Amino acid sequence: MAIWASPSNDGKALTIKVQGRFDFSAHQEFRDAYEKNSDKSSQYIVDLKETTYLDSSALGMLLLLRDHAGGDSAKINIVNCNQDVKKILTISNFEQLFLIK
Amino acid sequence: MPKEKAPGTALKILIVEDDLTDRLLLSTIIRNDGHEVVEAINGFDAIEKFIEHQPDLVLMDALMPVMDGIEAASTIKTLSGENMIPVMFLTSLHDAESVAKCLDSGGDDFLTKPYSRIILRSKIIALSRLRSLHNTVLIQRDHIARHNAYLLHEQEVAKAVFNNIAHTGCIDSPNIKHVLSPMAIFNGDILLATKCPSGSIMAFLGDFTGHGLPAAIGAMPVAEIFYGMSQKGFAMDEILKEINKRLVGILPPGVFCCACAVHLDFRRNSIFVWNGGMPDVVVYRANEKSFFTIKSFHLPLGILQAEKFISSTQEFEVNTGDRIYLCSDGILEEQNASTEMYGETRYLQVFAKNTDIEKLFNEHIEALRNFNPDANQNDDHSFVEIIFDEIDKKSGIKDTHVIKEGASAKNWRFEYELRNESLREFNPLPLLIHILRDTLGYQIKIGELYTILAELYSNALDHGVLKLESKIKQTPNGFLDYYSAKEQRLKSIQEECIKFVLDHAPSENGGSLMIEVSDSGDGFNYRSFTKNQSSFEHYSGRGIPLIRSLCRTVQFEGKGNKVIAIYDWVFGE
Repeated sequence: MAIWASPSNDGKALTIKVQGRFDFSAHQEFRDAYEKNSDKSSQYIVDLKETTYLDSSALGMLLLLRDHAGGDSAKINIVNCNQDVKKILTISNFEQLFLIK
Repeated sequence: MPKEKAPGTALKILIVEDDLTDRLLLSTIIRNDGHEVVEAINGFDAIEKFIEHQPDLVLMDALMPVMDGIEAASTIKTLSGENMIPVMFLTSLHDAESVAKCLDSGGDDFLTKPYSRIILRSKIIALSRLRSLHNTVLIQRDHIARHNAYLLHEQEVAKAVFNNIAHTGCIDSPNIKHVLSPMAIFNGDILLATKCPSGSIMAFLGDFTGHGLPAAIGAMPVAEIFYGMSQKGFAMDEILKEINKRLVGILPPGVFCCACAVHLDFRRNSIFVWNGGMPDVVVYRANEKSFFTIKSFHLPLGILQAEKFISSTQEFEVNTGDRIYLCSDGILEEQNASTEMYGETRYLQVFAKNTDIEKLFNEHIEALRNFNPDANQNDDHSFVEIIFDEIDKKSGIKDTHVIKEGASAKNWRFEYELRNESLREFNPLPLLIHILRDTLGYQIKIGELYTILAELYSNALDHGVLKLESKIKQTPNGFLDYYSAKEQRLKSIQEECIKFVLDHAPSENGGSLMIEVSDSGDGFNYRSFTKNQSSFEHYSGRGIPLIRSLCRTVQFEGKGNKVIAIYDWVFGE
């Protein structure tokens, strides 16, 4: 499990990439990724292309990110989901809170 | 607890050497370094001296008469138990095999003759360091073990409290079969079920994020709200709203509760389902041997603020004998030895293959066991089967309240009028039931009164104020049409009202309650129905025969928009 954070050139968007299993072991790193890089961010992109597995603690972490990013006014896209990941997000109806691609 | 001595401090050293000269030489060197010396002349003597003096370190000659060093070392190591007493072999042996034999017997190091004072001193310090490290590990191990035992005890207590709160209600009803493995409860799964005052049944299966105590603890307020509100006659959507509100308030962000809730309404022959984040709810039709699934359409509980929370349920027509199945994702995510997941396909297949509905529940348990025979203690299963069948009137919530004469009001009158927008927003039934409970306590009569009030209120609202016609419900899409029409008309209520009057007077052996419900609608032509009882039955939706069977009298007045029912009750019945 590895987490990569890359701010955009103008610093307004932050992309966080999760590689491997997105579960409780990712908690601290995921949090550091957005807490340490988001001074100017108004838009967040969570790239799950290389995420093999997502569980309920990962859903919790996404909610924490949303809370950090302003709650209802947060702009977060979750992109490159594979079928399994998408299914988990769909069952929990997270598309009501995040833009999922 | 091992004795703690910092490396470099004076040690008590046992020297085991049969040769007098060598023994004296070693003693002198070691005493000069500040250590205390105990001497033994052979292996046997060494063991006796070891037991008597409890040294911190042993210097052992390998070759001795009576009992050689290797056997003695082995015995000393056994006697030491979990403490580490370093043993350093003294040997003139140079071949690797002999040295290896020394170390294999438990020796920690060796020193060859001729003895170098400098090397001996350094080796003693090194072994002392090793011993210190070992002792630290033991101390920490004990500390952790104590702490762990304390935590386990805490959890046991919490679980006991949790079980008492979460497992009241009618989970022991004959028409509810369930499996809730200990691991599932530990992981925050919760199953609640109860019979409502109206006679219907409500069931709730929840799954908190996380594991262990933090997950399970969230279940306590949920259970309290669920049982508290359902007993008072609140509807399922109101209960879910309240549960969500409470969870949003107490759970930290990122923690939530997936849940599915089902309300079985036997008078309407339908179920109402709310599914937020749980696997599909499955409804199996007994007669057709077919099934359909109800997906999760809502976000789990504890995420959305109260004003954004959606409590709307989906309604499905069902027949007596149909069965409803709830499960948590622990079942679908169960892995076998090849780390394959059980999955939704296998789960639904059990339904598809079934030929005898009575066996369906067990077929699921078996399928899971066949998939993963090694599961036992660690399976995380929550699985419920509810048969759509009214459970007998005697079973239900255990209750300790008993009527005491003189303890509550028996002679009173209560008038309550709901107007305009409050007709849309507010359900008056819990409030009215609350007033009646005070007089009648928690007897079975509350169920009958709830039924009467619910029916009269429904008539007044649906048919009186909103002018909806029951025959809409008879068409295939009837239910949906009816309820969407109701939604529409509720929104456009202007100047309307419904008035309740409750008047209770005590009688010789009980009491008599007058219930009057009037609405601002146009009424209906009740006179033409009065003489002919059976026409009332055809006038679907007004439920009058039911109310007639429970009350002494039922009469309409005015335009038919006012109804008065008299209900008698007797102590102890």
